[in-house]
Formats: sequence, structure tokens, C-alpha cells
Amino acid sequence: GVVAVYTAADFADYPDVPGGLPDLERPVLARNTVRFVGEPVAIVVAENRYAAADGVQAVLIDYEPLHVMTTIASATAPDSVALHAAHGSNVATVVPMLDDLERELDRCDLRANLHVVNQRCAAVPIEPIACLADWTPSGLTLWATFQAPHHLRNYLATFLDVPQSRCRVIAPDVGGGFGAKIVWYPELFVAPLLSKWLRRPVKFAQTRSEAMVQMSAGRDQEHDIDVGFDRDGRIKALRVVVSQNLGAYPDPTGLGLAVLTTWMAAGAYRIADVQTSYRTVTTNTTPVAAYRGAGRPEAAYSIERIVDLVARRTGLDPAVVRRKNFIPPSAFPYETHNEAVVYDSADFPKALSECQRLMDYDAVRAEQAARRNDPSQPLLGIGLSCWLEIAGFGPNGSLEGFGHLASWESAQVRIQPDGSAIVFSGSSPHGQGHETVFAQIASDELGISFDRIEVRTGDTATVLQGIGTMGSRGVPTSGSAVKVASARVLDRAKKIAAHLLEASEHDLEVADDAFNVRGSPGKKVGWSEVAWASFQPLSIPPEMQAGSLEERLFQESPNFSYPSGAYGCVVEIDRDTGKVTIRDMVIVDDCGVVINPLLAEGQVHGGVAQGIAQALFEQIVYEPDGGQPITANLMDYLVPSSADLPDFVAGRIETPCPNNPLGAKGIGESGAVGAPPAVINAVVDALAEFGVEHIDMPATPEKVWALMNGASS
Amino acid sequence: MNDDAIPPGSAPTTALRRKVAVSLTVNGQRSEHTVDARTLLVHHIRDNLRLTGTHVGCDTSNCGACTVLLDGESVKSCTLLAVQADGGDITTVEGLSGPHDGYSAMQEGFRQCHGLQCGFCTPGMLMAATGLLAERGPDITEREIREGLEGNLCRCTGYEMIVRSVRWAAEHPEPVES
Repeated sequence: GVVAVYTAADFADYPDVPGGLPDLERPVLARNTVRFVGEPVAIVVAENRYAAADGVQAVLIDYEPLHVMTTIASATAPDSVALHAAHGSNVATVVPMLDDLERELDRCDLRANLHVVNQRCAAVPIEPIACLADWTPSGLTLWATFQAPHHLRNYLATFLDVPQSRCRVIAPDVGGGFGAKIVWYPELFVAPLLSKWLRRPVKFAQTRSEAMVQMSAGRDQEHDIDVGFDRDGRIKALRVVVSQNLGAYPDPTGLGLAVLTTWMAAGAYRIADVQTSYRTVTTNTTPVAAYRGAGRPEAAYSIERIVDLVARRTGLDPAVVRRKNFIPPSAFPYETHNEAVVYDSADFPKALSECQRLMDYDAVRAEQAARRNDPSQPLLGIGLSCWLEIAGFGPNGSLEGFGHLASWESAQVRIQPDGSAIVFSGSSPHGQGHETVFAQIASDELGISFDRIEVRTGDTATVLQGIGTMGSRGVPTSGSAVKVASARVLDRAKKIAAHLLEASEHDLEVADDAFNVRGSPGKKVGWSEVAWASFQPLSIPPEMQAGSLEERLFQESPNFSYPSGAYGCVVEIDRDTGKVTIRDMVIVDDCGVVINPLLAEGQVHGGVAQGIAQALFEQIVYEPDGGQPITANLMDYLVPSSADLPDFVAGRIETPCPNNPLGAKGIGESGAVGAPPAVINAVVDALAEFGVEHIDMPATPEKVWALMNGASS
Repeated sequence: MNDDAIPPGSAPTTALRRKVAVSLTVNGQRSEHTVDARTLLVHHIRDNLRLTGTHVGCDTSNCGACTVLLDGESVKSCTLLAVQADGGDITTVEGLSGPHDGYSAMQEGFRQCHGLQCGFCTPGMLMAATGLLAERGPDITEREIREGLEGNLCRCTGYEMIVRSVRWAAEHPEPVES
């Protein structure tokens, strides 16, 4: 059943995987050196998966063990060896700080420091990577489970040296992504070549055990944080030193994670002096890239842990410390320590008040006080997280840095002759509900019924150029594109309707699939008649052309959006086992204007679930000496099930985003940003009586139990 | 039996490559196939019967995307050989139907309550929930739903809306055919 076998030598005439740094590029198959467990070394093509598995069993590789470094510490130790000899060091990029802030820190009443590990996590979309390549004389079609089909098309055509016009990429229904499906996997480039060489369609479908070592991982940062504050809880100075584990090959998004972390390092707080630095480090591990939140969960986690530490050291309530340091609502737009980052709008005190109200904060604090010295009761802990993130990617230049063609998003709105509409978006969904929300936006704008609007995405042959779905840009950027394109179509449709009605276009209003003359009940013309007429030169105003009810545009953004919120978590900890149980999870979001409340809530739930998972359950672990991943399937890597997660209490406040026509801020990543610090702050709070000031994620029963039983934190 | 022991790294034995006859009733339709003895039920359903609604999301029986009903009980079709199901009566997601515009109460519940996002886990989730509700009846509690579905992973929804969806189905029982 085996059809062919290939090794690195067969790809000698083809480029490396795109997007790498000079001297740190990733070959499509390991060339002489294997740098991480999971790196493909040979290809077996067979007629079915069973024959392929047999073929793989027959491949023998003669490995000579090399020095293995899986951590930032070991990859930068004196005895480290450069993974990429030509680069000469495992440090890929460095951005130093301008001033170490020692004077400012020392001037404060108190100072504290914290080493924070934001552990490596797996994205685990339930559908692993899969693609089907069909190379025919008329061109290539690649079906791929991917978040950005045009982005893939752009790079694939270059790799294959074919015109983009003969290279079609289709992202059909995509089974989750979370950032791990905007990464250049060698299989996406190899499968088309194999189809060309073998003259038949070629399919690759990753198993989960393969996905756990091949699909890009997320997070994996370490922070060294110093904070200076006064006895009244006011934070004066903050220094954050970020180290990013890149894995074996720097991914374009992986390289950018630490940038976003340093940008958002001060969170929701007005801190006079903030300095950040980062370095990125290659290790013998699976490459790291964007994972839901991508650099912002790391920032939010650290600043929210720091605020709690300040509360602990000053003896103040964590809510009080937050209120003392919040950027006030009147201070927006707010210029941060980084000139690229100007917060758009927020009302942190209001969000926190709503969160405290929903969690009945004072009552649960009183309950905690009553319980503290009662060993018959589980420990009770309360955690807050007043997080802020950066979203709505993005302004010109923001996505180019990650290797994208541009940062706009495209929309094309086309009216059919019967008055129904097709909306094409360059942003294709993988569960977010673009089909629903874009149709809502277009319907609101055009006055065409929701059911008469079809949304099409994910096919480079039919959709105008596109960038993709990432960075919580679906509604703020892509949705705004749909809104503006729809508005332009409506303007022209009104001219035709006015012509047909012999009325002024300024007197027309549109609703329920018809144009009505304001103040003249019954004087109206249906959208279907206007649409039909729009294609008839004899029926439209003489200055117009047939077929004008179509608009295509590339929506640019003047600035990012900054979703924020206040989350509250109440945990109980079993005194005998250390097991953490979430009793209440209150999530108050501010994502600006909401288009579809149910979809927005669904996005938050999913993100919060992943955030709780990071806080309590998930971690990719490598065996330190040999570099073997020991969490390489879903038995050993704990993705929580319905039985492991609580119900959520969701609230909402709204401060519109001034930077896009919808006023929306994006919601896809919020939950994953806000939840981990809320949960860990609650766990640390519960452990206060043991003198515990910090616990690294995940807060497993074993770790918690050890802290309760005298192990050092 | 000794023939079936596979030393690591060796080619599959003749026993695993033996062809076996598998006859199933799937969604009410009889099918007869001759397959490799090692063929998993899920691959038989997807590749031979061409019913691709049943998904594969892992290789350790943890995710439940492959859940189908076998003789009325939910099973993970990646954990059974096709030949183990021989003679069985299988329902896949394609076989669900009911009074809600053709959909079953469970499917309609997921639609009403936003019980899915990317949809990849949904076929397995629907089958597991259908089996669960058939077993426990409409008085099922939220805790029982959460524990009953713990063998099915969803990465998108955080589960709360899935639980609501199952509750919706429980509250809208379908008329029992006599």
C-alpha cells in the first residue's frame, strides 16, 4: 500500500518553511539535525492510513544523541550549545530596556519582586491539522484547516513558484484554531508538492499524538518582575523582564508574542515608571506561536499577580489596591509607556463594581473570614482580575510584522437581482459565527432581511483578498468592513429607489426589504425591485451604471481596540488533597458594542474555559535531559471536560471603541486573558494562611498540597 | 493468540491483515463489507460507509468526537474494531432526525442554545448526549449532564451552553413511536 517515501534530500530544490529568521530557518524535513521531538524526518505516502502507519514503522533512523535543552535556562546556560550553529547562540532576538528603574524602585516605600512562569500550553483544537492537495494541469487546490487561507495562498504560491492565480486555498469548516492554525507547518507545503510529483491528490491528517508534538504550542514565557509601591498601595514603578521560549525554530508569530506582552505590561493601571525588556530563546521543543491571547494573557497574568502581591504586602484589600491604581475613565485615550499603545476607552472602576456586585464580594469576604480558622471547612479563596488586552488587529503595520500581507480586512457586498445579498469576507471563521454576525451587520445596514443574506468566506478563488481570523479582529475589523461596504451599497441603492419613486433619496429610509418615503405611508419600493432595476440601464438614473450595487473595500483601522473586564473567582481547596474547586466564576466583559450577545457570550465562555484550564490543569512537560515530551496525548495532557468546569456568571459593561465604525473591541481572546489571574489569585488567597505568596500554573493538587505542607513556594 | 502479538517495529502480522466480513445496520440501512481485521469502526464508518459526520479528534479515546450509538448505547467508535460491532445496529449523527424541521430535539437544543462553535466535537457530543438522555430520562440534573458528558471534549464552548442545550432537549421530549 506504500506509494512513495521521501527524505530531506528530495526537497533540496525548494525553500525552507517561510517566515524564519536568517540562519534560523526551518527545513521542511529535518536536514541532518533533528531539533525537537515531533520534527518530521521522512515522508511515507500510502494508499490509506493503515498502510502509511506500516510504512512509518519500517523507516529506520540512525540517531546520534546531541545536547538537549528544553528550557530557557538550559538553552542560555554556559554549557549550552547553539541549536543553529550558523546563528551561534540560542538567543534569537533581544530588546533591552532603556533604564533599569533601580532609582525609582528604591525611592518607593516598599518594593517586591516575583518570578512568574507562564507555562507552555497546547492549543488543542479538536480537529488537528489536516489538508488535501490536488495538483492538476489547471492548477493547485489545497483544502486546509487553517485560519487564514489567503495568507497561506500567498506563501504557498511563492514556495511552489506558481502564480497565485493558479493556486487556490480553501479553508472549509475549520475545527477550531486558537492561533495554532496560522502557523507554517511543513505538511501544508509538502502535500501540494507530493500531489504534483505523484499526479494524484494527497491528504495529510494529523493524529492527536502527532498534533501534540507538531502543532505550535503557546505561552512559555518567564517574567522577572520588580514593583515599587507606597504603603498606601499606590504602585509607582514597574520593571518587567520577559523571556520567551520559541521552541526549535522561531515562528513569525512566536517572535511577536513578547512584543505584545511588554506593550501590555502595565495593564489597567496608571504607573509612573514602566520599563520592559525581552529576549527570545530557541530550545529543543516544538515551536511556540500564537495561542488564544498571544502575549496578552502573559502580560495580564503578571500585572494582576503583582497587584495582588502589593495588596498582600500592604495589607490592603486587592479590590482597594486596584481602585487606587486604575487609569480613570476620564484619562482615555490613554498613552502608555509604549508609544504604539494608546488605550482607546474603558471604565475599570465600573467593571470592577459590577464584578463585585455579581460575586457578592463583601459577603464572600465575610464568609472567608469566618472560615479561616475552621479546619473542618475547605479553604476559601477570592481572586480578582481587572485585565486589559490589545485586539482588533489591526492598524497598518501591525500584522505585517507577523508576516501578513497587510492589516486591513476585506469585505465585498453584492446585491443579487432579486434583492438578496452575498457578503464575502476575507476573514474566515473557525467557530466564531462570522456567517451569523456579518449577516446581522449587513442586514442592519442594508435593510435586507437576515435570511436573505449569505456570507461566504474561506476560498481564495471566490473571496477578494483576505488576511484572516486572529487577534480578536472578527467584529472590529472584518465586521466594520462589512458595515462600511454595506453602507456604500445602500447609498447607491437609495439613488435608484429615489429614481423609481420619483422622490428625494434623502427622504428615504430602508427597513424590512423596502425603501419607504419618510412621512408618506405606503409610498415605497421593494429591495427586490430596486435590485432588479439596478441591472437595467433603462431603469436607473442616467448618471449611474448597471451593476452598481456591489462594493469591495479594504477596511483599515486607525488604532487597535482594547477589550477589558473584571473577573472574579471563588475557589475552595480541599485541606486533605489540595484539590482546587471553582465555586464561582464571575466574568464581566467590556468588548465595546456587542452585535450578537449570544455569540459574544459563547466566545467568552470558551476563552474562560481555556484560561481556567491553564490555571489549573494544562501544561506541556518535557523530560529535561532527553527532550521527550511526556504530555504528548490527551491522556497525559489534561484538557478539562464538562465535569471539570463551573457554570459562569456573565455580566457586561460597554464603553464603545472610538476606532472603528461599529464601536466593537473584539471578544475572542478576552476570556483566556482574564481568567488565569483570577483563578490563581483566588488560589493564592486561599493559601494565605500558609504564608504562600505565589504558585505557578497549573495549580495542581500536588503543588497546592506541597505548599500547604511546608514546601517552599 | 500468539500470532497476534506484535513485536515493536515489525510489520503487521497476517492475523491483523486478515480480511473479515462485517455486517452492520447503520442508520437503518444494512451494509456488508469485507475489511482488514484491524480496521477501526470509525474508519469503517468514515471511509467505507462514507458517513463523515463522525469525527476523529484523538487517538486515546479521550475526546469522544467519534461517539456513535451501538445498539442504543453511546460508544467511542475509535476504540472498537469494525469487526467487534459485527451484527450491530449503529446510529451516527447522520441518522438523527425528529420533529424540529427534520432535526431531533437534541440537535434543535444545540441550535437554540448555541451549543456549538466550530462544530467538530458536535457529532460526538450529540450522540453522547442522545445516549445519555435515553438512559437517564428527562429529569436529568445539570450535574448529571456534566458528568455524563465528561468523555467528550469541546475546546470552544466551555460546556455551559452544551449543558443548556441538553437541558433544552430534556425539556422537549419527542413523542415516542408506538
